Amino acid sequence: MTWSWNYVWDSFPLIFEGMWITLGLTIGCFAFAMAFGFVWTFLRRIPWKPVQKVVGFVLEFIRSTPPLVQLFFLFYAWPMVPYVGVTLDPITCAVLGLGGHFSTYISEIYRSGIESVDKGQWEASTALNLSTRKKWTKIILPQAIPPTIPMLGNYLIIMFKEVPLTATIGVTGMLHAAETFGSQTFAYVEPLTLVAVFFLAMSYPSAVLIRKLEAKYNRRFDKKNPTGTNKMDKGVALNG
Amino acid sequence: MAEPIVRYKDVHKSFGDVQVLKGIDLDIAPAEKIALIGPSGSGKTTIIRMLMTLEEPTSGVIEVDGRPLWHMEKEGELVPANEKHLREVRGDIGMVFQHFNLFPHMTILDNCMVAPVHVKGESKEEAKQRSIEMLEKVGLGDKLDNYPSQLSGGQKQRVAMARALVMRPKVMLFDEVTSALDPELVGEVLEVIRDIAQEGEMAMILVTHEMEFARDIADRVLFLDEGTIAEQGSPEEVLENSKSERLQSFLSRFRSSSPS
Repeated sequence: MTWSWNYVWDSFPLIFEGMWITLGLTIGCFAFAMAFGFVWTFLRRIPWKPVQKVVGFVLEFIRSTPPLVQLFFLFYAWPMVPYVGVTLDPITCAVLGLGGHFSTYISEIYRSGIESVDKGQWEASTALNLSTRKKWTKIILPQAIPPTIPMLGNYLIIMFKEVPLTATIGVTGMLHAAETFGSQTFAYVEPLTLVAVFFLAMSYPSAVLIRKLEAKYNRRFDKKNPTGTNKMDKGVALNG
Repeated sequence: MAEPIVRYKDVHKSFGDVQVLKGIDLDIAPAEKIALIGPSGSGKTTIIRMLMTLEEPTSGVIEVDGRPLWHMEKEGELVPANEKHLREVRGDIGMVFQHFNLFPHMTILDNCMVAPVHVKGESKEEAKQRSIEMLEKVGLGDKLDNYPSQLSGGQKQRVAMARALVMRPKVMLFDEVTSALDPELVGEVLEVIRDIAQEGEMAMILVTHEMEFARDIADRVLFLDEGTIAEQGSPEEVLENSKSERLQSFLSRFRSSSPS
């Protein structure tokens, strides 16, 4: 075969259109995953063993099953489940499937963020008599969120690259557009290359941006050593 | 003796199978300065952590200014306190920690202002003014906009004291506040505690290994051993004319480990 720029130009509008669907779906899935991840994190903090066990099992189950299987199940099998089964359109299915899958990882990120806050911070907040709400909003979350931002960013990029899975249930994203173009013209190389280039053009700058964010939040204050017990030398030097 | 500001009535505490406190009875007068000494694991820190509501007693009652701390009265009976009750009573207590526990994402001024504004509902101006006064008092008036990571250990501990004092507690707890400091920074922190003690109004409980310091500022020294108050009295009685062999050996071990 030979590379044909004509096919590139011809498939470009189709794929460009598909890109918006891919992007929109990524954002939709991610928003769902972030919201639902919060629900998981909250459920896991309920201090009652049976709830923790059940939630732990459900999370493990979702994480250990391939997202493609989950998408197929939701799309093809769910409507046939008696009583609760409903037919879902591809987009809803994609948001529930991929968003649900990633929500389990995101819940883990939230948890690690909360746990990264030193126990002494909780104790000091209690000693100052802050209400439970103010403890979270003024003391814990401002310290728990920044370190999660780069991790969330990484998952956003990973999810972006998983969105083409939804082509299998008929979501008309970039991959689907390329496939359609190929089946009509028998030219697959050009549109698929174009899809890859699109993905690269969006993923790479995002990754760079996230690395910058990471550096910024690490600079803001000393994460590894929140109370700064071992930073006396540096402190003295700054004061001197 | 006036009505005690703090009263422990047969307080026990266990962590799992380990019995840490085996029946503590203790009355603390308003403005009384108490030093808690004893070997590690004797339960000194647990005593004050229960008063700060960081650990719940296994049994017994702790009263603050006549009100039960961990319990509330309901139809004539004492039932476990809810968070609302804890918040009401806890307001009289302040604490300084061994590892400072300053809020690293706030300037030291904000560290001091956060509780007056969000707990007491003071206006920002008022809280700011009082915080600045307090930080000046501990000698850090020139560091208001610094972050904790920019301070030395001694400075951090002085901020922690200002942060607690600005809430005007009736009882201040000091949990080995100099243990995490480099030796040359201990003096500045003790100096501030001494100033606070001399002002008088607050009751203070210090868990400490600084025997000299305990002798200087305490009205009463308590020797804790294996979960009970083994000996107590004036600093002279306890530190110089100790009765029990356990206390004598504790003190001698101490002298030999920190020659002065």
